[in-house]
Amino acid sequence: MDYIQGIAILIGINLIAVLGLSILTGFTGLFSFGHGGFMAIGAYVAAIVSSRLNLPGPVALPAAILAGAAAAAIASVFIGKLTLNLKGDYFCIATMGFGEAIRVILNNIDYVGGARGWANLPNLTSWWVVLVLDVVFVVVAWNIINSRQGRNMVAVREEELAAQMAGVDTFRSKMIALVVSAALAGVAGALMANYIQFIRPTMFNMAKSTDLTIMVIFGGLGSISGSIVGTILLVSLPEVFRNFAQWRLVIYGLAVIVIMVGRPSGIMGGVELTPSGIRRIFAARRAKARLEAELKAAEQGEVA
Amino acid sequence: MTEAIPLLELKGLTKRFGGLAAVNNVSLKVGDGSISGLIGPNGAGKTTIFNLITGVYKVTEGEILFQGKPIHNHEPYRIACGGITRTFQNIRLFKNLSVFDNVYTACHRSAHYNLLDSVLRLPRYWREEKQLREKASGLLRIMGLEERQDISANNLPYGLQRRLEITRALALDPKLLLLDEPAAGMNPDETENLMRIISEVRKMFNISVLVIEHHMDLIMGICDHIHVLNFGCTLADGTAESVANDPKVVEAYLGAEEVTA
Repeated sequence: MDYIQGIAILIGINLIAVLGLSILTGFTGLFSFGHGGFMAIGAYVAAIVSSRLNLPGPVALPAAILAGAAAAAIASVFIGKLTLNLKGDYFCIATMGFGEAIRVILNNIDYVGGARGWANLPNLTSWWVVLVLDVVFVVVAWNIINSRQGRNMVAVREEELAAQMAGVDTFRSKMIALVVSAALAGVAGALMANYIQFIRPTMFNMAKSTDLTIMVIFGGLGSISGSIVGTILLVSLPEVFRNFAQWRLVIYGLAVIVIMVGRPSGIMGGVELTPSGIRRIFAARRAKARLEAELKAAEQGEVA
Repeated sequence: MTEAIPLLELKGLTKRFGGLAAVNNVSLKVGDGSISGLIGPNGAGKTTIFNLITGVYKVTEGEILFQGKPIHNHEPYRIACGGITRTFQNIRLFKNLSVFDNVYTACHRSAHYNLLDSVLRLPRYWREEKQLREKASGLLRIMGLEERQDISANNLPYGLQRRLEITRALALDPKLLLLDEPAAGMNPDETENLMRIISEVRKMFNISVLVIEHHMDLIMGICDHIHVLNFGCTLADGTAESVANDPKVVEAYLGAEEVTA
């Protein structure tokens, strides 16, 4: 039971980071390979708050989470100012550099344990805290996406120049997406530090960043429900196949490849698993069928 | 044009890409409520002028005044919000969004709720979202796209994509609409239909239009005023008849067709 709960907590923690990344990558169209760096900032700042400040019990975790999120958000503002004007792949490479830089810096700070890591952190993250935060952040992400700010992000993803011509401050839209995603990565890092009780820089390396991005893509770009499904599947998959020892990583890789080949838009690319989301698919199909029928009728009329 | 302040005025506008002057010392005025045409052979600098007006390119020299105020080198989104919107030569829609969402997205300037209102879904969010949806529906109805509002934009036939792009541009309540070859790739029927739409839109929304076009019937049919460019320089400027009869224009532009014909 404890084992199952442990996996559930890991899914919940990863989900928070993935939700943020879903807004940045899935909805705004910016690919990041450095969100492990924001998680690291969140984790280390939270660890300092929860284990060095001697805060009273009930305040410790909220303070750690807030501090971790704020630190990651502030870092993202600096990074954003420097990199958000870069196009496509260049932004991606810059975030990769940022993630690695954070890891190397942490390797060299003895106050937080350096490369050896930092053990004996307090265990504050409980199952229900993760559950409540998951629900809160799913709602937050959903509300952002379904607002004018969220639609502006999607406009940036779809056609940046046209978005500008439609009066969208594209830099600002990208910045909001980046800061929100970094803050959520910070929250995830804070929860992680106070759950595993041991952190070290390599936990937040590029592999971690890519893991998060793969969960977003696997679940489907531009879909909150897809990100949830993707996170649940990809975090639990290696655990389900734990008996196969190192083969489980092969299975993980295969699953990703199968999805990329068979369904390039991810499990639920652009589609939401909600009543209104499903209605939209059918409305679009109906409207398209009607248009095609009318065009065909018009053509036949012309011929006749 | 004799009014005191023209809606849009370009003064000695120059844009150089390295050593090449794509636009060289061009001055032109767009009067309030007018439909003006911008014509010229390929490579004359027409689209470059649009890109300068809308802030996509930085101006090398000269001034762009909109309602008497300089707007050159402003951020593109500020110019768009200030009242100049455009369409593109190669259509740029939000392809994977529905027709409705294309317009809905562009209506965003009519709402003022902030991110906190969105996250917490405060009353202001609900009130203004409702207004935005009504505005988008209204525009689609006026432009005859209501029946197609659920279709994703890339599934629309070509002519309707053009119309959707114009609708999206209107969603910002512009004072000046820039149309970059709106009739490109259209047959005569569709072109005529488009002319009618442009004239109606101008009247209904009380806006001015500046249009780049190669279809001479469209330009001659609807424009009050025509500006002719060649190699980045102004060649002629005046009413449709005066431009059409200008020997320089005939030589540079219309004349070429006569030779091949």
